[in-house]
Amino acid sequence: MDRFLFLTLDGLSRGAVLAAFALALVLIWRAGRIVNFAQGAMAVAAAYVAYSVTAATGSYWLGFAAALVAGLLLGVVVDVAVMRLVDHRSPLNPVIVALGLVLLIQAVLGMVYGNEYLPARAPFSRTALTVGGTAVLSPYDLFVFGTVGVVGAALVWIFTRTAIGLRMRAAAFAPEVSRLLGVNVGGMLTLGWALASGVGALAGMLVIPTELGLHPHAMDLVFVSAFTAAVVGGLDSPPGAVVGGLGVGLLLSYVSGYAGGDLIPLAVLALLLTVLLLRPGGLFAPVTARRV
Amino acid sequence: MRSTARRGLAIASTLTLLLTSAACGSDDGPGAGQPVPGVTDTEIVVGTHMPLTGPASAGYSKIAPATKAYFDYVNANGGVHGRKITYKIMDDGYNPATTQQVVRQLVLQDKVFAILNGLGTPTHTGVLDFLHTNRVPDLFVASGSRSWDQPDRYPGTFGFNPDYTVEGKILANHVKTELPGKKVCFLGQDDDFGRDALVGVEKVLGADGVAARQTYVTSNTNVAPQIGAFKSAGCEVVILATVPGFTALSIGTAARLGFSPQWLVSNVGADHPTLSRQLGDAAGLLEGLVGVNYLPMQGDTADPWIQLFTKVNAEHNGGAEFDGNTVYGMAVGYLFVQVLQAAGQDLTRESLVEAVAKGGYQGPGVAPLRFSGTDHSGYGGGRLSRVSGGKQSYFGPTYETDESDGPVNEYAAPAVTPPANGVPTA
Amino acid sequence: MSATRAVAPPARHAAEPVRPGRSVPTVLRHLAFATGAALVVLVLSYQLDSFRNFQLATVAAYLCATAGLTVLTGLCGQLSLGHGALMATGAYTLALVQNAFAERGLTAGGLLILSLAVAVLATVVVGAVVGVAAARLRGPYLAGLTLAVAVVVPALTVTFNGVFNGEQGLSVPMAPAPRALGPYFPYERWQLWTAAVATLLCLVLLANLVRSRYGRAFRAVRDDEVAARLAGIHVARTQVIAFVVSAASAGLGGALLAVLAQSVSPGAFGLTLSLFLLMAVVIGGLGRLAGAVWGAFLLVALPDLTHSLTSLFTLSPAAAQRLEGNLPLAIFGVTLIVVMIAAPGGVQGLLSRLTGTLRVRWRHHRS
Repeated sequence: MDRFLFLTLDGLSRGAVLAAFALALVLIWRAGRIVNFAQGAMAVAAAYVAYSVTAATGSYWLGFAAALVAGLLLGVVVDVAVMRLVDHRSPLNPVIVALGLVLLIQAVLGMVYGNEYLPARAPFSRTALTVGGTAVLSPYDLFVFGTVGVVGAALVWIFTRTAIGLRMRAAAFAPEVSRLLGVNVGGMLTLGWALASGVGALAGMLVIPTELGLHPHAMDLVFVSAFTAAVVGGLDSPPGAVVGGLGVGLLLSYVSGYAGGDLIPLAVLALLLTVLLLRPGGLFAPVTARRV
Repeated sequence: MRSTARRGLAIASTLTLLLTSAACGSDDGPGAGQPVPGVTDTEIVVGTHMPLTGPASAGYSKIAPATKAYFDYVNANGGVHGRKITYKIMDDGYNPATTQQVVRQLVLQDKVFAILNGLGTPTHTGVLDFLHTNRVPDLFVASGSRSWDQPDRYPGTFGFNPDYTVEGKILANHVKTELPGKKVCFLGQDDDFGRDALVGVEKVLGADGVAARQTYVTSNTNVAPQIGAFKSAGCEVVILATVPGFTALSIGTAARLGFSPQWLVSNVGADHPTLSRQLGDAAGLLEGLVGVNYLPMQGDTADPWIQLFTKVNAEHNGGAEFDGNTVYGMAVGYLFVQVLQAAGQDLTRESLVEAVAKGGYQGPGVAPLRFSGTDHSGYGGGRLSRVSGGKQSYFGPTYETDESDGPVNEYAAPAVTPPANGVPTA
Repeated sequence: MSATRAVAPPARHAAEPVRPGRSVPTVLRHLAFATGAALVVLVLSYQLDSFRNFQLATVAAYLCATAGLTVLTGLCGQLSLGHGALMATGAYTLALVQNAFAERGLTAGGLLILSLAVAVLATVVVGAVVGVAAARLRGPYLAGLTLAVAVVVPALTVTFNGVFNGEQGLSVPMAPAPRALGPYFPYERWQLWTAAVATLLCLVLLANLVRSRYGRAFRAVRDDEVAARLAGIHVARTQVIAFVVSAASAGLGGALLAVLAQSVSPGAFGLTLSLFLLMAVVIGGLGRLAGAVWGAFLLVALPDLTHSLTSLFTLSPAAAQRLEGNLPLAIFGVTLIVVMIAAPGGVQGLLSRLTGTLRVRWRHHRS
């Protein structure tokens, strides 16, 4: 029972960061119908900015803020300087461009910082608090849960309660009509990129301290898990991303705890097959797509 | 339609003519007195494949530049038998498919004399047959797999690292003699590295001497379930057959679970500068960590070999950060120059392989090199190190053993010092 | 629906242009083309050195996979991030069969044909299973599923390391080149011949399929599923057929790679390979077999090209250490982005646009 509790809590804290990253993927999918394969590399770039700022100033939180700003700016730059120029008639084109960005960003980071692991600091202790002899969550885990919760709530609020959120949704779902109604569709798309990239950077700052360390490839594996989480939840649904993230986190923890780490990919495939064969648009697919 | 057919016929006949002209006068066999590939009176060209990019490149990407720096140092001191060594480093990103390409490029196009220190078990395994068929000497493979020691099947291939079983036996011997009665657990990578090391541990402690065994895969960076299992099993000693990233991860994870066993780490994952860089503020957790090594300890500034290598690093490697990988790369370079000296002025691929198989090389390594006609494995032992006060240093005797049931013996041969100019002589 | 479709076609090429006055049957034309290509390869195999022969053979192996992928993604509109895994299936099957032959003392070179056939069959089975699931999914959900497949297959070699020997992989025993070719016949030239024959055969079959009833059904499903269904096309069945055909080609490509390398290991068939295959077909020009040829060349040539480019600079050791390896990747990344922005139809799209303009001008000039 102790083991089960331990694995559950471990899986949830792992799932929370996957959820944050999956949220970033959902944001950009909703804004521009693009699966941003460069999200991981962009988040790592922001984390390197944090590393430099923290190294220069000695303050973790200044670095943290710098990472968020860098994330937002990087989103704007990627949209305006690259994605805007891509022919979107074939949805594959942006995907290939994103893969090109991954190579470019990782190579530039490798040139500037080297291909070695750099230490990634956590702002709070990662030592688990014990309750009745069982190690439960650490202060850092609580920080992660709190941050992911706040970000999720903020996104819901922006999209459902603010004018700008409404415009973003309108621009994404009916660009032509929105343009006629005076919505700056291009600007909304750029804003979407900035938000998504900012959330991605935040997720990167949360997840990298729990990984091997800061490295140009630090987010590769996280990206695969988070993409799985977003697909399981349904790419159109922020709550789906959170549920998918927590679910995948739990699955990873249970499988490697009870069965062995080598079976994880098989378990992930089984989860995807089960969910997608029952609900081809993910768990939280809005309304089943029109079938003729 | 008719014009298409006519054009096709014209093209076909031209091609046939070209073909017959090309077919004549090629495919000549190797005649007598042909020059040795990659060797001239003034130059020896050697190649290697290494991960310089990608997730596996951390640490490893420093090895080949260190070797090259040592060669540059030798070249600046007159070279070997009047020849300068050119070292071609090819990036394979630890992808076996890329290794296939780059090694063929080195051998077939760049005509290298030999392949030196190719890194990685899965990558290098794929080119063994190719190198054998083309009779290319394949020296000092950078991996502790036992595959390199097959003199009958691959007469030109030689290892360098002690094999993982030998390391496992030496670590387990430490448990048996110094930490008797402790509960021992084992975490290994889910491949030949982890498996061979576990075999070594069990040869010394017996199969029931290991209380809990866990494995990890490099594609999953959460080891909390494994470490959690050790904690609930009440392990007091944990033996790790892990790469540096996962050594640091395991120790960090244990700390946050409030679990602090005695850590024993195999050579690959025990380099203190690498681990402390990765752990950052938490580097203090490494205190008391026991590792195996067989080369001079990077932080031991009193060691004459480290003094030599530090000098070479400053002069020819741009003063790159000095760690265990730097020492490793330079030690490989030193051994290669020793072998070249022994192979003599009339350098051929055969004379090079004969020179290695003759054995008897002593250099920076503290453990014995086992090369002989029937043994192509590299170092046959190692010495234990401990981290104390933020510094990793050797303690106790050097051990040697084999990969089967032989005992773990002390190895007492005195250490040698480098020659005055840092370049071995014949 | 259009938003979730994997690939919307470049409208210009939706319909194959009908050229007047052609009377040669398609099959014959393709065979003649393949014979010509075979002759060119034959000549090249004598003109080029051993390393270039090997590279060309590798191009041929990748070409099977890219051609299969372009049929699936470009013609039938289904995205696959899992073709690296299908290649692995073919490669491992070939390795197991060749090893089984060798253990029974069967070393005749001709048995390779049987091994290749078994490898293709095994991949067809795997492709059918994935294809049935894939036919239900669209866009990113299909991408997610095939991505999981790409990750699973290499991982299985570790789970069942008794059969597949884990990370280290299996070696593939191969017969030497036939004695009749002489004692000093370069082995790489023989490898090129083997790979080229198999690949050309695969291409002829694919080209015929593309021009057949099935090819038209593929395009109809890609362009508009609803319209295709109204026209009496069974959409799901068509998609499964496309997936199976594509898988068979990928399996053959993987098996050929195993033949060339004389070994297989999971590291060669990771997620990166799947992503690079997709990049290759899009950069080459999606939906056209000629584009697949460009893509396969790119896969082999680009790393080599960029490596030679970086070795042109002389750098200090410290700078060299940072740039070595990273600079080629950066150049590759920038190339991808620039090509996709400047020529969204890929290399082949660019070429046909160029030749189209030239032809028009020439005619204009003559009249």
